[in-house]
Amino acid sequence: MNDWFLILGMMVVTFTPRYLPIALAGRFRIHPLLKRALDFVPIAVLTAIISQTSLIHQGELDLAFDNAYLYGLVASIITALVTKHMFKTIMVGLIAYSIAFVFI
Amino acid sequence: MQILANLIVNTFQMDHQSSNSSINSNLNTVIMSNRDLFLKGARDIIPLLIAAAPFGIVYGALAIANGLSVFATMGMSLFVFAGSSQFVAVTLLGVGAAIPIIVLTVFVVNLRHMLYAVSMMPYVTKLPQKIRVLMSFWLTDESFATLSKGLIDDPKMPNFHWYYFGCAFAMYFNWQCCTALGIYLGQEIPDVTKWGLDIAMVVAFVGIVVPILKNKAQWACAVTAFFTALMTHTWPYQSGLLISSLVAIAVGVYLSEASDGAKNETGGKP
Repeated sequence: MNDWFLILGMMVVTFTPRYLPIALAGRFRIHPLLKRALDFVPIAVLTAIISQTSLIHQGELDLAFDNAYLYGLVASIITALVTKHMFKTIMVGLIAYSIAFVFI
Repeated sequence: MQILANLIVNTFQMDHQSSNSSINSNLNTVIMSNRDLFLKGARDIIPLLIAAAPFGIVYGALAIANGLSVFATMGMSLFVFAGSSQFVAVTLLGVGAAIPIIVLTVFVVNLRHMLYAVSMMPYVTKLPQKIRVLMSFWLTDESFATLSKGLIDDPKMPNFHWYYFGCAFAMYFNWQCCTALGIYLGQEIPDVTKWGLDIAMVVAFVGIVVPILKNKAQWACAVTAFFTALMTHTWPYQSGLLISSLVAIAVGVYLSEASDGAKNETGGKP
């Protein structure tokens, strides 16, 4: 039963921030400065997720050579810079990670 | 994204003639039906489905390991549908956190979706609320990223919400399958949660972000986000993620305003 209270609570706090701005769209004008800021949203948020997920483990900064994520991250960044191709980036990153994960 | 804003305005203003005469359109001078748009969206999101799959599997396995029932694990994916929030929730369940604390934490984690929703505001003004509700429920990093890219490739896309629904439905369906698979694997191989499968999300996001970095302001924004996120990771309830994003956005805005200012100045001189 408690599980379902949790799910109900999560539904409310997940749906509200997703819907509120979309529901109100068209009711007022968006300031040009805000519009400019919005252009940077995907870059900022996704990059922050990338760095925390790959370099923070057990609450500690993990830059050691045995951090397999480091190899996946570097390989995928290089592939993305060279090819600009998402699927190749994913494949090379995963392969580099797997090799590091197996050998370290 | 600046380009994207213009593109979407074009989408609304487009007439059939300009669509027919467009050269670089993927439509081959044929206007796509809503069904075709839906299928194209579902096809375009496939790389991200592959990247999200391990995340869904680990969520399912972790939820079972941390004592959530099979029905509640599935129910969370069906009714909440938010990868990182679900992850945070089952992690906190594992350490015995109270429900109000978990809900509050999930709220903070979700604030980044609000940033996405705000950036979709200019594009949905003509759509009825019923469609907006479904768009919002299905709003994820993946569907948002695919929609952005789809509109850059095909600016004349009519009824872009059908394209979005294709992306979003594929994502939703994939997430349910992966959760179910994770529930099964979690019971068979408890170790699956230690394989570090979230690397798939990291490399997928690299594949989205790096190709859109074109000017100095965008690069500065990315680099700032990367390092501030590392500096703020100890802040409670992932607030570091949100704050570092806001700082990075501010840096990007400041530099792009500055470069626009410089252009205008030199442009004004003979």
